[in-house]
Amino acid sequence: MRDKYLTVSALTNYIKETMERDPHLQEVWIRGEISNFRLHHRGHMYFSLKDDHAKIDCSMFKNYNVRLKFKPEDGMNVLIKGYVSVYPRFGNYQLYVQTMDPDGVGALFVAYEQLKKKLEQAGYFLDEHKRPIPSFPSHVALITSPTSAAVRDMITTIKRRFPIVDITIVPATVQGEEGVPSIVEAINRANTIQGFDTLIVARGGGSIEDLWCFNDERVAQAIFNSSIPIVTGIGHETDSTISDFVADLRAPTPTAAAELVVPNIVDLIEKTYHLETRLIQSMRALVHDKKERYAALTKRLDYFHPEKQLAEKEQMLDHITDSLHRFVTLHLERKTNELHQYETKLALLTPKKKLNDAKDRLERMNKRRDDIVAHIVREKRHSLHRLLDKLTILNPLQTIKRGYAVLYDQDERIIHSVTDVEIGDLVDVKITDGIVKSEVKKVVKTKEEDRM
Amino acid sequence: MAEEKELSFEEAIGKLEEIVTKLEEDNVSLEKAIDYYQVGMKLSKQCANILQQSEEKMAKLLNEDDELDPFHIQGE
Repeated sequence: MRDKYLTVSALTNYIKETMERDPHLQEVWIRGEISNFRLHHRGHMYFSLKDDHAKIDCSMFKNYNVRLKFKPEDGMNVLIKGYVSVYPRFGNYQLYVQTMDPDGVGALFVAYEQLKKKLEQAGYFLDEHKRPIPSFPSHVALITSPTSAAVRDMITTIKRRFPIVDITIVPATVQGEEGVPSIVEAINRANTIQGFDTLIVARGGGSIEDLWCFNDERVAQAIFNSSIPIVTGIGHETDSTISDFVADLRAPTPTAAAELVVPNIVDLIEKTYHLETRLIQSMRALVHDKKERYAALTKRLDYFHPEKQLAEKEQMLDHITDSLHRFVTLHLERKTNELHQYETKLALLTPKKKLNDAKDRLERMNKRRDDIVAHIVREKRHSLHRLLDKLTILNPLQTIKRGYAVLYDQDERIIHSVTDVEIGDLVDVKITDGIVKSEVKKVVKTKEEDRM
Repeated sequence: MAEEKELSFEEAIGKLEEIVTKLEEDNVSLEKAIDYYQVGMKLSKQCANILQQSEEKMAKLLNEDDELDPFHIQGE
């Protein structure tokens, strides 16, 4: 009792030792939900495992957690095997985790989903990263197990379809612990050797564990980094590995990959034959076309031959001359007709008739005038006779005949009055049978009443 | 044309296809057509020759020294 007080360390150590002696605490199988998960940069994992009413701190050291097929996350339900001990420094008890698996779904599945999500987010599956697969490879490399049925199937398929291609097997272990580094190395080796057009990464069917190498991030990385296009053919149709997603082309099986990598030579022979046929046919058609065109042009050229042209022009000239002639004749006829018409009209309008009429009328008028004149002449003659008779009666000469005389002066004027003469004047006394030249001797004037 | 032998099948058939298409187009001169035809026939022969290589290709195995060894399928 001298020293009944323990040091903290002593108590803690005691508790620790007590716990470590308890076989129940040294092999604990426990299920719970992860919370407060932390991955220390040195590789150790720290988290809490809890249920609705309690929680316990957990540590999972690097040497254990490297084997995890998945990445623990908060909220994840897990199955854990470990032991309970005390961490003296903090004085708390902890669960030291040795193995951990997802509760409910398989650990592999979770790991697969996680890696898939990670690479998808990193863009590893994008089409823009896919290299084109050569249509006509000359050298194909098969990265697979050289002893597998898959390699036999692929070689058979490739030789059947495209016997002219070179095939090289780049051997790889495709399952188990060595699988991942072996496959990665084979891909890298294939890339360092010149001459491969296409790589096939293949493995026959198996369990998900058998195919697990192809879900490894390192393999995915190697496929992604390959400069040679990679076609994967892993497992059966139903299997999809991460490698398939990263590959440039994925085939459901190794045989399918072999079919995708090489063309069918029969198709190519047919294609070549078909192209040659097209070549010959189009050449024939072309020559035929050119010939026809040539023939047509020759025909046209012939048409323009000067002799033909001349003959044609001659004919044209004849034709035109004829036309001209016809035209002139026709015109002449028409004008002649017109002339005739005018002549007829003119004839109708001629003054001859008028002239004749006028002549007739003139004649009639002349006759009538002559009649009138004759009549007048007769009348006048008649009256003249009568007048002559009267005149005869009144003629002074007649009187003279009866004894009377007429006195004329020297100017042959009849002397009417005694005043017209003077004594001495010479006067002519006309009597019936001559003239008596006399001289006035005396003038006696008679009285008025005695005058004749 | 000395390089003809160097053409891969892919190049040869690609060129042949191109030439046939050109020849099938309108307005190809006769001289050009003859050229196309001659080149096309050569290419066609080349393609046929490549496809009808008589020597059988043997699968090889890449050994540890990066050399090619004959490969025999197991069980045959």
